[in-house]
Amino acid sequence: MSDNKKTYWKGIEQLSNDPAFVKNADKEFPEFLPINQNEGGGSSRRDFLKMMGFGIAAVSLAACEAPIRKAIPYVNKPVDVDPGVPNYYASTYTSGGDYCSILVKTREGRPIKIEGNKLSEITQGGTSAQVQASVLTLYDNERLVAPVVEGKEGKWEDLDKAVISKLGSIAAQGGQIRIVSNTILSPTTKKVIEDFKAKYPTAQHVTYDAVSAHGILAANEESFGQRAIPSYDFSKADVIVSFGADFLGTWISPVEFSKQYSKTRKIGPNKKTMSRHYQFESNLTTTGANADYRTPIKPSDEGKAVVALYEAITGGKKSQIKYIDKAATELKKAKGKSLVVSGSNDPAVQLVVNAINNALSNYGSTIDMSTPAYYRQGNDVEMKKFVADAKAGRIAGVIFYNCNPVYNYKGEDIAGALSKISLKISTADRPDETAVASDYVAPNHHFLESWGDAEPKKGQYSLIQPTITPIFKTRQAEESLLKWTGVDTPDYYSYLKNTWNRDMGVSNWEQALHDGVYQGSGVANAVEADSVATEVAAVVGAAVPFSGNVSSAVQAINKNYKGSGLELALYQKVGIGDGTQANNPWLQEMPDPVTKSTWDNYLTVSKKWADENGVEYFEGHCNKAKLTVKGVSVELPILIQPGQAEGTVGLALGYGRLNAGKVADGRGVDAYPFVTTLNGAVSYNVLSDVTVEVLSEKYQIAKTQTHQTYMGRDNVIQESILSEYKVNPLAGRHEPKISTWMSEDGKVDAGALSLWKGHKYNNHHWGMAIDLNSCTGCSACTIACQSENNVPVVGREEVINRRDMHWLRIDRYYSSDAPADDHKGLEQAAANPEVTFQPMLCQHCNNAPCETVCPVAATTHSTEGLNQMTYNRCIGTRYCANNCPYKVRRFNWFKYHDNGDFENINTAMNNDLGKMVLNPDVTVRSRGVMEKCSFCVQRIQYAKLEAKKEGRRPVDGEVTTACASSCPTDAIMFGDMNDKESKIYKMLNIKDTEAADYITEKEIHEPRAYHVLAEIGTKPNITYLTKIRNKDNEETKA
Amino acid sequence: MQVTSSVREPLVTGGKTVHDVTEDICRQVEGKPTKSWMMGMAISLATLGIGTYAVFMLLWDGIGVWGLNKTVGWAWDITNFVWWVGIGHAGTLISAILLLFRQKWRMSINRAAEAMTIFAVICAACFPGLHMGRLWVGFYWALPLPNTWGSLWVNFNSPLLWDVFAISTYFTVSLVFWYIGLIPDFASIRDRATNKISKAAYGVLSFGWDGAAKTWMRYESVALILAGLATPLVLSVHTIVSFDFATSVIPGWHTTIFPPYFVAGAIFSGFAMVLTLMLVTRKVFKLEDYITINHIELMNIVIIITGSIVGIAYITEFFIAWYSGVDAEQYAFINRATGPYWWAYWTMMTCNVISPQLFWFKNIRTNIAATFILSIIVNIGMWFERFVIIVTSLHRDYLPSSWAMFYPTFYDVGVYLFTFGLFFTAFLLFAKFFPVINMAEVKSIIKSSSLKSNK
Repeated sequence: MSDNKKTYWKGIEQLSNDPAFVKNADKEFPEFLPINQNEGGGSSRRDFLKMMGFGIAAVSLAACEAPIRKAIPYVNKPVDVDPGVPNYYASTYTSGGDYCSILVKTREGRPIKIEGNKLSEITQGGTSAQVQASVLTLYDNERLVAPVVEGKEGKWEDLDKAVISKLGSIAAQGGQIRIVSNTILSPTTKKVIEDFKAKYPTAQHVTYDAVSAHGILAANEESFGQRAIPSYDFSKADVIVSFGADFLGTWISPVEFSKQYSKTRKIGPNKKTMSRHYQFESNLTTTGANADYRTPIKPSDEGKAVVALYEAITGGKKSQIKYIDKAATELKKAKGKSLVVSGSNDPAVQLVVNAINNALSNYGSTIDMSTPAYYRQGNDVEMKKFVADAKAGRIAGVIFYNCNPVYNYKGEDIAGALSKISLKISTADRPDETAVASDYVAPNHHFLESWGDAEPKKGQYSLIQPTITPIFKTRQAEESLLKWTGVDTPDYYSYLKNTWNRDMGVSNWEQALHDGVYQGSGVANAVEADSVATEVAAVVGAAVPFSGNVSSAVQAINKNYKGSGLELALYQKVGIGDGTQANNPWLQEMPDPVTKSTWDNYLTVSKKWADENGVEYFEGHCNKAKLTVKGVSVELPILIQPGQAEGTVGLALGYGRLNAGKVADGRGVDAYPFVTTLNGAVSYNVLSDVTVEVLSEKYQIAKTQTHQTYMGRDNVIQESILSEYKVNPLAGRHEPKISTWMSEDGKVDAGALSLWKGHKYNNHHWGMAIDLNSCTGCSACTIACQSENNVPVVGREEVINRRDMHWLRIDRYYSSDAPADDHKGLEQAAANPEVTFQPMLCQHCNNAPCETVCPVAATTHSTEGLNQMTYNRCIGTRYCANNCPYKVRRFNWFKYHDNGDFENINTAMNNDLGKMVLNPDVTVRSRGVMEKCSFCVQRIQYAKLEAKKEGRRPVDGEVTTACASSCPTDAIMFGDMNDKESKIYKMLNIKDTEAADYITEKEIHEPRAYHVLAEIGTKPNITYLTKIRNKDNEETKA
Repeated sequence: MQVTSSVREPLVTGGKTVHDVTEDICRQVEGKPTKSWMMGMAISLATLGIGTYAVFMLLWDGIGVWGLNKTVGWAWDITNFVWWVGIGHAGTLISAILLLFRQKWRMSINRAAEAMTIFAVICAACFPGLHMGRLWVGFYWALPLPNTWGSLWVNFNSPLLWDVFAISTYFTVSLVFWYIGLIPDFASIRDRATNKISKAAYGVLSFGWDGAAKTWMRYESVALILAGLATPLVLSVHTIVSFDFATSVIPGWHTTIFPPYFVAGAIFSGFAMVLTLMLVTRKVFKLEDYITINHIELMNIVIIITGSIVGIAYITEFFIAWYSGVDAEQYAFINRATGPYWWAYWTMMTCNVISPQLFWFKNIRTNIAATFILSIIVNIGMWFERFVIIVTSLHRDYLPSSWAMFYPTFYDVGVYLFTFGLFFTAFLLFAKFFPVINMAEVKSIIKSSSLKSNK
């Protein structure tokens, strides 16, 4: 190794040892590297970047303040709220005097559905379309989000300060203060008002109703000394006579009356009797459509008809008016088991009605004067005086408590009167017509956010409890009143609870809250004039001595009822009613039970009048008309209405809103200006000075059904009359047969032959029975279904395009006078037709035509008999809808959710607030897929799982569909046809068959039961029961 | 070579020689586009443009842009579909069935007729696609493809699925048949081509055709086999399309007469469309010697026959409706003739049953102008036939509560225009770049004897 002299160099530079190399030889990098050049001073590019990065991060961190959210994740689970499990709270729907005891279904703290409360003795679990739809009004984007102080959004403190000081100064000067309201059912609210009146002695409470019942109240005051509506009991009546009272649709308490009425209309093997119902009216109402005998009369004859009936009953005088004599005879036979009601608001007419009922000894049986109902308390005289006082400048301050007189009390010049009042306060939930005219708006909660109570009838109490934290900065109107009364921190809940403990004597508050209803002895409600007679009656429980000057009433009637020319009869539609909930798209799109029209009101005219005046019509297209009443005119569409009394036209109230919200504003025309006065009371009939000019302009009303008759098709509607049913329970049944070699007599039921083997249902077999005899067409089911199943609203244009989405529709058919083979003639409804309502929904066919044609198997049959639709498999060929004989399938023509085109139409799917109403158990369907009734499969699954958790089978009644549970007449029955204990099994009288093949059909032995279109062999799981009318033989129509 | 009796009228007139045939047909392909062709193309493209807008809006907004409703779920879409499929029947019928029946006169028209078939089937196929609510999934969910959904299969009970198979099979066979026939002619054009691009393009299109005897033999065998395959398809496609209706429960659809009636109607409308197109092509491309009055007359005779079959079918439907004793069925037919859509029914009856009967007169069926007008009338009538079947049956079916009217919108018309634009654009491209008459086959029927025909 030592020999090794080899030297290795790093390079030539080392060998040559040049100075430049030697200088840097000990360094790692011989060249200059600018790494630490600036160490110890100055700043580099890197530092700049570092600083900038930190700066930006710091600034942005400082900018985003950690948001404070009140939402607490369900990781910290609140007591009582289980995600996915609904909670039900008993509450009460009140809107003015409208009342319904309800259960509110909440999911994750949101109310999403309303059900009837079966514990209520009044509504007995029934609901109406308006009640069902009210949950959507809670999520209405048009509601006020905060108080309004002099036209601008303000703070509660400012409002209270201003209001208290102004009220104080008015009181100090002795200025008159009024609280104007609709009927208040709540005894506690009335107490609050009393407190207010005590604080401000010049304050008075004025009550009016958008649709007044002053006539009944006044007549009862005269007859019985008690200003109240009696409790009617239609269920005890064998003969019912109604003069223009739409008691199944809009009159006083339709849910209650429908329930009672339906009990008299149900028939079966063990009950072959039913009530007979006479209706005398101008417009064809839901009630008139259900009547056995209906006489169209002019409004000017309404009083006379009542008098005629009175005279026929008491004196046996014959009448010119059809069916009056017949009704009188039958009423006399059914003394004490009959009921005569009138929708008139004329105290004279109501007095005669009282006299009739008295003569028929109905007090104490069908009419209970000792349990007065408080549904309507409006006093037309007082309200008129209020307006007159205000106009004269005698009123200094007014509080409009949950009412909208600028819109619905136009008979008097209320707008002019308001300008004379210096302090105007409204508690409206939205900037409505009255709120806009007010100085201060103290928006009230929606009833689903409120505490409260109601006393619809004496001794029948009902609680309202909040089911959601107030969504906006609204405040309970009672709290506002208490605040203004001087209570510093008003707590209406405690106030309410105390009132109940003290006045109602409720010891078990929790139980009352749980049940929602409570029966007490009745505290003095509105009825200031509780007379001795009432107390006596309450003790005796019998008819109060009737005392009324009938002859002077008859004279007044003869004097007042003089019609000249065309007469106008104003009415309410079942959906929109008086217009309070007009901004509710579910109600706007709900087809009117009778006309099947949506989104509009219109002038109803008779066919004869239309022909005489050159009205042209086709498929909903019709001329417009110019209606002039006492110098005020409006242009509005015409609708030809079979059953409209000759010489009359009809128009619905509740439309033509200006400040209800984007859904309602400008829809239809406002009919309130046409309300007149007759005999001191508000009158909804205009007897003279009505002219109608037919315009050449055409307008299309959005109707969901444009064909009026059932063309004599027995396979669709099967009906008969009671006398024939008594003889033969199969009366009216249409049983087509097919010739075959397979049976002994050569004939089998059409539909008995099938290509298919059928289905075996080992577990459940869901089925539905619909009684055409009890269905009144009220459409509560349609809205219940819409609410339960997230059914979109499509708007007027799309209804015109015949694309309404309702899963459950109610087909309304008029009878025709034409012979069975005259197809053109059959298209025309009779002038005064018989009407049949047929709820139509997916029939869940066992041999479903839709199932075979779907190319991708998106619609299939379940093992429990359901025809099920798989939305995410659907490709939208629409073949299933074409092939559906019942036309119940609905296609998503557009994207109805999150679509600007439907923003003000389908509010439940187009804004964040509206979406809160959606049922999380049901998919919101996308564009391009088919949908239809699922038999509320989510409810079936839920009930099955609940039962499974408890290790048992679901019991009958546990599973029910939204439609069946909403029905106020129990016309829809849902259940397991495999369950021998179920109501449907018993009612349809099902016999199990053990045939190996062709097991698709349950053997139904109830004679009235039929399947629609049985002969095409679809074998539906929905069974209809024939419509039986209580008519005499000679009166039947083809 | 064809041996034809000398007493027979020659199928090709004007004393054309084999060379003349090549010249006459290739001239169109090799020459510059004519003014009339350019105009035709401009109109077609404009129509296609409007139609494309309609299709775009349909896909963007949803089926709701059409005039359909909950009662009438199909209208123009399926009407157009069946109409185009019907038109698409003539080509294959002419080339396959007439080939089997050795009808030599078919040779000058089969090429264009087959092209028309293919384009018509493409247009027809647009509608089952576009009418779906969710085309983006439907285009492949309707096929029985293996999948990971468990495995979710199509519904073999559904006539719509049968349609998918029927149409796709028919389209495939027609396309192959047509293309095989084109190969020798492409080779001719290739061989004559003077510029590089055409040489290369037609070289590719002609699949290396070498004109050897063996190749010709194979060519003829394949043509015969495909003709054999295509023949049942001509009958099956419209039979299956008719099942869309016949297997349903809707009165007016639920009819066993539909398969033969639809097939006859399809041939009827197909021949009418062939006439419409050929009369124009013949004039513009100066092919009067190849497509003669004799051809026109023969096709008109087919139109009388099929038109009469269709007429009898219409009457039979009415008879059966009465004879069945089924109320709904009876009403469906009364409503067709006298209901709100009476005008559609009587348009159909006039165009399809009455007007073709004029062809019983020889001077009408040999008159070019009359033939042209009647051929268009027949196709209007056949469109209305489908409209009547689909819309008037649906609009008033079982439950009177659902009865409704159908009113078309711009988009209904627009999507129809789209297919027209597509059809004529494709056909004009075909007429320009492909030989419109089968040169190879026509050459086989040229009189080869020394007796030159002066006709």
